[in-house]
Amino acid sequence: MFIQWINTGLRKIPTWVLYIILPIPGLLAIVAGLTDNLGPEPVNELEEQLGEFALKFLILGLAVSPLLHFTRINLVRFRRAIGLMAFAYVLAHFLVWFLLDLQALNQIWIEIAKRPYVTAGFAGFIVMIPLALTSNDWSVRRLRRFWRVLHRLTYLAAILAGLHFIMLSKGFDVEALAHMAVILAFLALRVSKWRHGLQSGLQGLRTKLIG
Amino acid sequence: MAHRWTNALTRADITPEPLWLNRRQFIAGALGAGAMASIASPALAETLEPNTWEHITSYNNFYEFGTDKEDPAANAHRLNTADWEIEVDGLVDAPGRYSVASLLEGLSEEERIYRFRCVEAWAMVVPWNGVELKDILDKVGVQSGAKYVAFETANRPDEMPGLRYPVLDWPYREGLRLDEALHPLTLMATGIYGKPIPNQNGAPIRLVVPWKYGFKSIKSIVRITLTDQEPVTSWKMANAREYGFYSNVNPTVSHPRWSQATERRIGGGLFNRRQPTLMFNGYEAEVADLYEDMDLKTYF
Repeated sequence: MFIQWINTGLRKIPTWVLYIILPIPGLLAIVAGLTDNLGPEPVNELEEQLGEFALKFLILGLAVSPLLHFTRINLVRFRRAIGLMAFAYVLAHFLVWFLLDLQALNQIWIEIAKRPYVTAGFAGFIVMIPLALTSNDWSVRRLRRFWRVLHRLTYLAAILAGLHFIMLSKGFDVEALAHMAVILAFLALRVSKWRHGLQSGLQGLRTKLIG
Repeated sequence: MAHRWTNALTRADITPEPLWLNRRQFIAGALGAGAMASIASPALAETLEPNTWEHITSYNNFYEFGTDKEDPAANAHRLNTADWEIEVDGLVDAPGRYSVASLLEGLSEEERIYRFRCVEAWAMVVPWNGVELKDILDKVGVQSGAKYVAFETANRPDEMPGLRYPVLDWPYREGLRLDEALHPLTLMATGIYGKPIPNQNGAPIRLVVPWKYGFKSIKSIVRITLTDQEPVTSWKMANAREYGFYSNVNPTVSHPRWSQATERRIGGGLFNRRQPTLMFNGYEAEVADLYEDMDLKTYF
């Protein structure tokens, strides 16, 4: 009853609202940086904030289907907006690192190759590019079943992002590990579902062949 | 006694209090006048002005109070530094528990404007007040067999919320070779800008070794041990591949995860240019002979 009430409410929210709301914390951070309100080391602070929001939105995107499965709360309509905004934050995070932090444009490939945490983060960014490019109805129609398979790469992107966070931390970072634990939990749920799907598919095939 | 090393930076380089309280306006003014152009040049580093009190006391690594840079300033007020005692033990003539006051009694306090370079590749300039560690060690009497000095930070979970997390193997431990400890640059600081050192910066007393990465300059010290063995140190225990016992500032030896060739000076805003890191953090003339026969790539 309560869930139904929530879902009815959610259906009234147009998806474009997310394209307004989700960029706000990032824009606030950028404005704070430009007005000298991000503390003594604004470059790192901005980089960190954008990166953390990117990771949180990625995780939120992964949470949509378990949320539907376990609570029946339906956020599926918003998943594209969440994913695209996660990508926008990753892109902004990358640009701040590249332009304001690294400052050596000829160094970028050396950094990516030489520093494993950068490699992981950059790989996550690359993986997200085809996902962002195919986040439109036309691609969903064109790619059909392949679209679903392709978008499973979201899990890979999240794992790379989580790994990036763990690898850049100094010491035993509880926060980074907690993010990774959530990502792996969602992946485990998903894998058990894929397995189930695969098994029932094989079962169907067997019945067809034998019976 | 003391004054074995003289600052190239002078009192004139200390920003008067009204100015550092108003640093934002001041920097804005300097920018307008084009005065910031000189900062990128390492040759002129000696004329660099100290960071503001606000920056020095709000951007800290002190994991006992949390791992974020702003955590120490937020949480360190819980540390009770009254009646602080330091256990001095090991190869010393007069071991025992000393109050800070009794350790400092009769020693000449100095002001030292030092560059401070964090292993994370950011840097500040800090006007410390304190005494040379050598004077304290002379007072307790170092025995001839001693080769190293080990230090330990307070370990008080009730006052230091960060100790709940196993970020490092607590208590925080650091160490120096005896000749490093006796070097005139090596300071035991009790103040900044002439004021008592704030808790987040390591009250009531901390080490300052300006030619080494910041984590060597252990804070809120409760134990000093003279020993003949190289002491275990917290960051080396956590990751020996990344953090060596010596940890001298060295632009030619990269941290495995990031370059140490350049650094970003705190306080320069969003479009701050990186500046080259200097060998031994700019104290090469003073300390290079300590490491004459050592391969600094092996003993990083």
